[in-house]
Amino acid sequence: MPEIARDAAAPILAVENISVNYGAVSALRGVSLHVNPGEVVALLGANGAGKSTTLRTISGLIRPRGGAINFLGRRIDGLPSARIVRLGIAHSPEGRRLFGSLTVAENLRLGAAARADRGGMDEDRERIYALFPRLAERSRQQAATLSGGEQQMVALGRALMARPKLLLLDEPSLGIAPILVQQIFASLAELKQTGVTMLLVEQNMTVALDLADRAYVLRTGEVSLEGPAAELKDNYEEVAAAYLGARQ
Amino acid sequence: MNMGLYIVQQVINAVSLGSLYALVAIGLSMVFGILRMTNFAHGDMMMVGAFGTLVLGFLGMPFWVAALGGVAIAALVGVIVERTAYRPVRGAPDVTLLLTSLAVTYILENLGILIFTSSPRNFPVPDIMNQALQFMDGQITFTAINVVTIALTAVSLAGLGWFVTRTDAGLGMRAAAEDLGGARLVGLDVDRLIVVAFAIASAFAGLAGVLWAAQAGIVEPDMGFTPLLKAFVAAIIGGFGSIAGALVGGYVLGVLEVFIVAFLPSAVSPYRDAIVFAFLIAFLLFRPNGLLNRTQEVKL
Repeated sequence: MPEIARDAAAPILAVENISVNYGAVSALRGVSLHVNPGEVVALLGANGAGKSTTLRTISGLIRPRGGAINFLGRRIDGLPSARIVRLGIAHSPEGRRLFGSLTVAENLRLGAAARADRGGMDEDRERIYALFPRLAERSRQQAATLSGGEQQMVALGRALMARPKLLLLDEPSLGIAPILVQQIFASLAELKQTGVTMLLVEQNMTVALDLADRAYVLRTGEVSLEGPAAELKDNYEEVAAAYLGARQ
Repeated sequence: MNMGLYIVQQVINAVSLGSLYALVAIGLSMVFGILRMTNFAHGDMMMVGAFGTLVLGFLGMPFWVAALGGVAIAALVGVIVERTAYRPVRGAPDVTLLLTSLAVTYILENLGILIFTSSPRNFPVPDIMNQALQFMDGQITFTAINVVTIALTAVSLAGLGWFVTRTDAGLGMRAAAEDLGGARLVGLDVDRLIVVAFAIASAFAGLAGVLWAAQAGIVEPDMGFTPLLKAFVAAIIGGFGSIAGALVGGYVLGVLEVFIVAFLPSAVSPYRDAIVFAFLIAFLLFRPNGLLNRTQEVKL
């Protein structure tokens, strides 16, 4: 199934020319991007460039002022986020936003809250425990008592429990020990092998470009550079310029 | 008189009173936990439950069926209030929510006065409820209403405990109480969960209203006011927003009130409420977050 999906022509997600304002401040100005089925797309950029805002707009937490978002050929901007989750977009948010007083197992269970078909939940949970064995050990523990890296694993697992067609990942490396960052990105690479489509926001350019097929660089609310990840990796100066805003 | 038996007697009284406070406080805390909203109209669900029971009784239903109906009516009214009054102002500043719930209180109480007049009415209960049960040659005495109150509260709490720990909706409610935005993010239908919370909270208050009226023997439109204040105290003692905290707070308050009257000189008794509120202020100085903080509420 992953191979077929990868060859499908139409993008699974098409963000067209969206703009977002926070009060008088414009956070996104005409951002367009697309994600093809089976692809991992990285969204890079400096702090405040609009990466998280883009993800939050896609998952319906923010309404864009202009532009359109299409998911599987269906317009989703303006839909409530619960509907968007139900359509197949799971968001692992910045700061993880776990339910700290609930156990790891309960957090995972909540990830499936929007799923129409509740069958196969146990198998899905076992698969997540296989991907992150640490979580199996801590399944009865309150999420707040876990380390940052373990919490990130719960956040990823929770998003996967929705059986998403598209996974939005916001800074999975943020505030996590380097060794765990490697572990988490190794797991993400495994997920990619199984055909999971991802849109990944990262400040850690190196790990992101290693994982991604393509990347966009955002600068002050606009796309300043885009291209295949392999090319961007070999062209560090251009990417740095796109980050920082030097003229190309 | 045997001191040990006297203490047993007072503990029974305290548990009976504490059960009523807990029933009301839990709903208050439940709604606050999810919406961060202090629902002043919560006490009026007691009135709705009691009057509902009274009306259904007049219509010829046996008391227990009428009481069940009264509780259901309270749940329904709670849901209607949420839909028509609270949902439209959700997301508005806290003061707006607070004033809206005050307005709902006035509307409900005035509706009660319009329909039933402001004078108290008899609340007939089956004779068996008023029967005194005596033990140890009358040194321990309580009425069947006390037993029914304690038993029904225990059953309701067990049911609630099962609901929040064992069902998906209960899990969703705990998640929403912890982080409403996070609950939306994982795709929980937050609007539905809020309706469920109001239905449960109002049903509990309705049940408390029926039991309160059965103990007092009367119903009146503003009967919910004093219990609401007490429930606030109970919820705050336990940790506002925590279901388990409201439960603990309800019983602590019940014990406090009964023991002040039972063990302090009788000259002090009229100042019972003043002492309780003084205790609350002193308590909050030391534990501003209540007995149970929010992260412990899962252990219901």
